[in-house]
Amino acid sequence: MAEFVSLRDGIEQLVPDGASVAMEGFTHLIPFAAGHEIIRQEKRDLTLVRMTPDVIYDQLIGTGCARRLVFSWGGNPGVGSLHRFRDAVENGFPSALEIEEHSHAGMAARYVAGASGLPFGVLRAYVGSDLVKYTDVASILCPFTGEELAAVPALNPDVTIIHAQQADRRGNVGLWGITGVQREAVLAATTAIVTVEEIVDELSDHGPNHVILPSWTVTAIASVPRGSHPSYSMGYTKRDNAFYTGWDVISRDRDTFARWIDAFVLSHNGPEGYLAALEDESLLDVVLSG
Amino acid sequence: MVDVRDPTTVYTADEMMTVTAARHLRNGQVCFVGIGLPSDAANLARLSHAPKVILIYESGTIDTRPEILPLSIGDGELADRADLVVSVPEVFAYWLQAGRVDVGFLTAAQIDRFGNLNSTVIGSYKEPKVRLPGAGGAPEIAASAGEVIVMLRQSQRTFVPAVDFVTSVGFGRAGEGRVDYPGAGPTVVITDLGVLKPHADTHELILAAIHPGVELDKIRETIGWDVKVDDDLVTTDPPTSDELGTLRDLKARTAQAHSR
Repeated sequence: MAEFVSLRDGIEQLVPDGASVAMEGFTHLIPFAAGHEIIRQEKRDLTLVRMTPDVIYDQLIGTGCARRLVFSWGGNPGVGSLHRFRDAVENGFPSALEIEEHSHAGMAARYVAGASGLPFGVLRAYVGSDLVKYTDVASILCPFTGEELAAVPALNPDVTIIHAQQADRRGNVGLWGITGVQREAVLAATTAIVTVEEIVDELSDHGPNHVILPSWTVTAIASVPRGSHPSYSMGYTKRDNAFYTGWDVISRDRDTFARWIDAFVLSHNGPEGYLAALEDESLLDVVLSG
Repeated sequence: MVDVRDPTTVYTADEMMTVTAARHLRNGQVCFVGIGLPSDAANLARLSHAPKVILIYESGTIDTRPEILPLSIGDGELADRADLVVSVPEVFAYWLQAGRVDVGFLTAAQIDRFGNLNSTVIGSYKEPKVRLPGAGGAPEIAASAGEVIVMLRQSQRTFVPAVDFVTSVGFGRAGEGRVDYPGAGPTVVITDLGVLKPHADTHELILAAIHPGVELDKIRETIGWDVKVDDDLVTTDPPTSDELGTLRDLKARTAQAHSR
């Protein structure tokens, strides 16, 4: 059964150095507050797993938390590059980053296999792509038709962290809107941490694409309102597109990035401080002007 | 001569490209849309001549009709205005892989003369000069969509003799063609200067149309191989004031919404 914890305790007790950690959320419901807590606790040597690394992994890579990245698309959506990710891959700064990359379809199949307790996933993919030379994909023949297909190894993270709209008091988790690969990532993991917008008596009914994760599939739940900023939590918050656009300038320069992390993440004990700092318009000016 | 052109039909090269791409989408087709230029064009088609085009984004939003252009592939706008929202494993397995997509709409950092696309690295894979975002959904869109429309601005950096990395296959490095791939591959490449189409036998991209006012020399200067020109080269019709009006309204609504 899921245990209710503080964000700090959850990360401290359940995310050891060296773990493989999947923080999922496909543009929507990205667990940013949990990422910030990992930065505050200076976790090291993590294998970070995520289909779309996004700004959250740019921050974790830039602060030296990661040794390895498993992913399928590493950009700032609609804006451009992830500069800290690029600096790590191109220049080994702040430390070398091993990468293992797939296509989205391949990553999704890997999570499905992991959640299904199978050793590999099978799909019609990677044909004609140079990716096959550089990643863990094998060719397999269908035993019934003889068709050649791609096999990808199951993905079973040590820890999966997601952000959801709600948990009820028994620890059942509800999320809706774009639900990405979160159910598979939680069911594939050994340990699952969920941060939520709200703890409610009864989960709201949001129709057929409402994903429920029963309490007994989740390890720990922390209440973190607005814990997905600058991503969003449908029904609670809107995506902060201006933040994503502004991140390009912040992350382009090593020193500006370090000042931003210091001012918005490290100077605070938790997510409340981060949210308060966002309201202080002069703080960003100070960070940008150096 | 006095220029009597309607000022609303003075347009940018990007607008010409977006309008041309939108025209290639037919009403009722199922289209798997990438973010950026493809998303602009697909939504312009939906808001003009193809109101029944079915747009699918890889975030799992199916038959979505956004009022504003999404900045990201998973903006709330896409989910709010979708007929259904499915998981990411499902969108790739049940919808794309199973062959339910007529047209894939892609862009990339590089394209070669055989329509292969690179969105992974510039330089070598192990020691890249520029690390690009990577594959995302593109390899399977390129392989499995019924056909692929590519949109890319022309330059010596983008139109190269051989891509540094084949992220998504067109007709293969040597133009060998579509062996065992479910879809037909790139049928048209739309740029800011013209339109290229693969030759039926050699699979090499040939200039099929040139946008109004563009010189052939400009086309040659911005393509990194000796591009062949179709005997029946045509000039693209300029954007109509309706097309421009719809596109500009959409862009203006989008800019206003994203600045909030």
